[in-house]
Amino acid sequence: MADVLVFDKVSIDYRGKAGVQRILNDVSFSIPAGGSMGLVGESGCGKSTVALAAMRYLPRGMTVAEGRISVEGRDTAGLSDAELRRVRGNRVAMIYQDPMSSLNPVMTVGEQLMEVPLLHGVTDRAVAFQRAVAMLGEVRLPDAEAMMARYPHQLSGGQQQRVVIAMALMAEPALLIMDEPTTGLDVTIEAAILELVRELRSKFGAAILFISHNLGTVARICDRIGVLYAGRLVETGDIRSVFHRPAHPYTHGLLSALPRIDARGKGARLHPIEGTLAAADRARPGCAFSPRCPHMAPAECVERSVPMVPASPAADHLARCARLEAVRKASQAAWRARPPAEAEVDAPILLDVRHLTKNYELGGRFGGRAKRVVRALSDANFQARAGQTLAIVGESGCGKSTLAKTISGLIPASAGEARLGDADLAQLPVDKRPRDLRRRIQMVFQNPDSTLNPSHSVEFALARPLKVLRGMGSGEAKREVARLMEQVQLPPDLLRRMPHQLSGGQRQRVAIARALAGEPDLVVADEPVSALDVSVQAAILNLLSDLLERSHVGLIVISHDLALVRHMADWVAVMYLGRIVEYGPADAVFRPPYHPYTEALLAAAPKPDPDAGAPTVVLGGAMPSSTQAIVGCPFASRCPRKIGAICDTETPPVRRFGVHSIACHIDLPPPAAGIRSQADAAAPPP
Amino acid sequence: MTEATRDIPAAAAYVEVARARPRIKLGALARVWNLLSYSPIATVGAAIILFWCVCAIFAPWVAPYPPNKIDSALLAYPYPTSQHWLGVDHLGRDIASRLIWGARTVLIVAPIAVLTAAALGTFLGLLSGYRGGAADAVIMRVGDTLLAFPKIILYLIIIAKFGASAFNIVAVIGVTNAPIIARIVRAVTLDVKNRDYVAAARMRGESPLYIMLVEILPNARGPLIVDLFLRLGYTTIAIGVLGFLGVGLPPPDPDWGGMIKETYGMLFVWPHMTIIPSIAISSLVIGCNFLATGLRESSVDG
Repeated sequence: MADVLVFDKVSIDYRGKAGVQRILNDVSFSIPAGGSMGLVGESGCGKSTVALAAMRYLPRGMTVAEGRISVEGRDTAGLSDAELRRVRGNRVAMIYQDPMSSLNPVMTVGEQLMEVPLLHGVTDRAVAFQRAVAMLGEVRLPDAEAMMARYPHQLSGGQQQRVVIAMALMAEPALLIMDEPTTGLDVTIEAAILELVRELRSKFGAAILFISHNLGTVARICDRIGVLYAGRLVETGDIRSVFHRPAHPYTHGLLSALPRIDARGKGARLHPIEGTLAAADRARPGCAFSPRCPHMAPAECVERSVPMVPASPAADHLARCARLEAVRKASQAAWRARPPAEAEVDAPILLDVRHLTKNYELGGRFGGRAKRVVRALSDANFQARAGQTLAIVGESGCGKSTLAKTISGLIPASAGEARLGDADLAQLPVDKRPRDLRRRIQMVFQNPDSTLNPSHSVEFALARPLKVLRGMGSGEAKREVARLMEQVQLPPDLLRRMPHQLSGGQRQRVAIARALAGEPDLVVADEPVSALDVSVQAAILNLLSDLLERSHVGLIVISHDLALVRHMADWVAVMYLGRIVEYGPADAVFRPPYHPYTEALLAAAPKPDPDAGAPTVVLGGAMPSSTQAIVGCPFASRCPRKIGAICDTETPPVRRFGVHSIACHIDLPPPAAGIRSQADAAAPPP
Repeated sequence: MTEATRDIPAAAAYVEVARARPRIKLGALARVWNLLSYSPIATVGAAIILFWCVCAIFAPWVAPYPPNKIDSALLAYPYPTSQHWLGVDHLGRDIASRLIWGARTVLIVAPIAVLTAAALGTFLGLLSGYRGGAADAVIMRVGDTLLAFPKIILYLIIIAKFGASAFNIVAVIGVTNAPIIARIVRAVTLDVKNRDYVAAARMRGESPLYIMLVEILPNARGPLIVDLFLRLGYTTIAIGVLGFLGVGLPPPDPDWGGMIKETYGMLFVWPHMTIIPSIAISSLVIGCNFLATGLRESSVDG
């Protein structure tokens, strides 16, 4: 079969103020008709440039310096602007991460979809309308006719992305480029979109170039994979050969840095990749990864250029590595699992939360509209224990961040209590808390870009809490700052740097040091690693768990990533629509009996295993608005196991299995002793 | 959204990786130099401002004649000559010397007036943005009311009431410009107060004053400096207008606006007497605008 997209030894240069920079270096791959290729790599590796180059749509200053890019056998360099436009409009379609950037906010969905056939020679509007409705049905949007009259902002994120996919497919493209199409979406929505893409691929036969930072999503829908590092393709091959027998040390690193939902429990350690990608690595004549590689040998890796060589008996499995033999031997020896740590159920309770509730009131004052109440958090009950990690899991909008802010006192609670020792945190917003109480509870925030004040040096950021919370003088604080830096494994010369001079991972380490400066008893971490690259993520997670293990600090970690939670948590609370639907020790939550929502989350979590197959449960619909009063079970509208009218009318009872509790109408069987969990039965990672 | 943007276009990523530019380690002076060499428009602006500053500071030595020395004999030929480079005015006073001494007035009164506006506006903007609610509503509505008045009429009313003096000019310009600066600071405050580092400051129990001054204000520095230079230009115009209307600084001290006012009746007889001081005012205004533009460009590029 003819190849739809061919990259033949492509190099791309960027001419900027700082001179010429090679953004892509000798990248070769091809995608046959109906094939799908995944491109993975950390941020800044050049994967989006590949997408833009395929459309010949490079930003100003970037040029194809060497090599050939052809679409359907035609070299794009030789095409005139008009021909290029025709190729972009008819043969190639692109889907971006943010669906709103592809949709026109002032046009209805229908108009935007009908535009496509009307531009491609259909003159009859009725025909165009029929095609658009049919395509909306194909992307599984309910009530397609009504959907046609809606504006983009009236749709949820998942629905918007479906409309974008429909629009892309309307032109019947030969090549579909997807650049992180599911990154902003919740796991359950992501799973549904990926299923859709998989289905449509076999139906429409378009070739797919799928760009992602997430190995799990790539494993689910691609049959080939390319790993990019510093603008070079370091490994490419059939998805199974690459995942099961990774050859390049960087691929190895990515796979072992990834938290896995089938880990054996807390304590299974992640292996971060040492070091970071530096600007100079792009220009290296030898292997770009060599400064971070444990197998580096100067003569082979640094001094001469490293070609792509066959990496395994499988056809087309290539890797850009000079020391494949050494890497293969070392990786067999390296894998050793730590025995899973048993959760101590009887560790002293640090924070006891009972019936915690937070309602926001909207409107009603001057707005003229009726007052509405957003029930962000309803009747939450849980305990955080000293030296243990409690994870709060759920999709966006489930109230997990509200919970974190209520405990930390940034917003006042509406009702309920949260006892830390003698104090009731629910009744004490942060400015009313005595100094000692403020010291005892600190927070690590999600976004590394806003966690540190851009106007203050690292030293200032760390010394200030020491002075305020522990009453230290300048000299004493200075010594303590040095100790904190050592604790979070940062070199002392970073102290004088400003935040914009640090990488995301370094900033998050400083934020952790700042939270630990007051020697807190409890740290609340709101998505501490969700904005970081996989390899950095692993290092930060290891650091957090090491620090807490040593110091007996309790940790509440808020996350949407179940795989990460599996690695960190002793206790898990699963939240849906402001309520905790399941709560218990991690080992109990991750094995049946499940709450149906937990089951769906587990099924939806992307697994870095091409043989994992389709998820067993795919949730439809979207989370209902939290302004409506909930009668019955909050999950009833999406529940795949709904048993009947009782779910809509009666609040589900809390079923208890020891310390494990599930709020559900289904009469769940107690966990059978001796039955191993799904996780234990799964094969160990390579 | 729980997930932040993870992938950035390669060009942006490249800028991020290449962040260790040498200029970061340099001192303040070198940083100014770096900015100027980076932005030609800022260089031109700074050069004009610097020129007038040098004139003002060294006026006693630079000015060829005493500014108020009247010599009616020169009126026979008041145009530029080798003795009087820019000619003399209707009383036979040397225009170049009067411009040089006049620069002192403008360059003392205008910056003090702008700084007064900045202090007042920053305080109100921080308070308004951080506190919100009633304080915000009152401050911003009073500011809007003030902005709704034609400024020149405000100037005239107040100066007619309290008399023309440097102090009154500073006060009236300070008060009328403060609402605009307050708006800028308020906008930054509204954005910054929801950042995580402010939450972190609240969690360690910092006072609202500390949060406003140490956590928020430094982040308004960029837009504030740009705006101050723009205001400096406008204030130069305002002082000129006040002088022209006869409510500027009292004569006989040279004042650019006053120089225009005294001579514009003779515009068609001796045009240079009016045009030369007008050019002086324009050059300073343009200098301030250029510098502000250059600063804004460089802050956008990072």
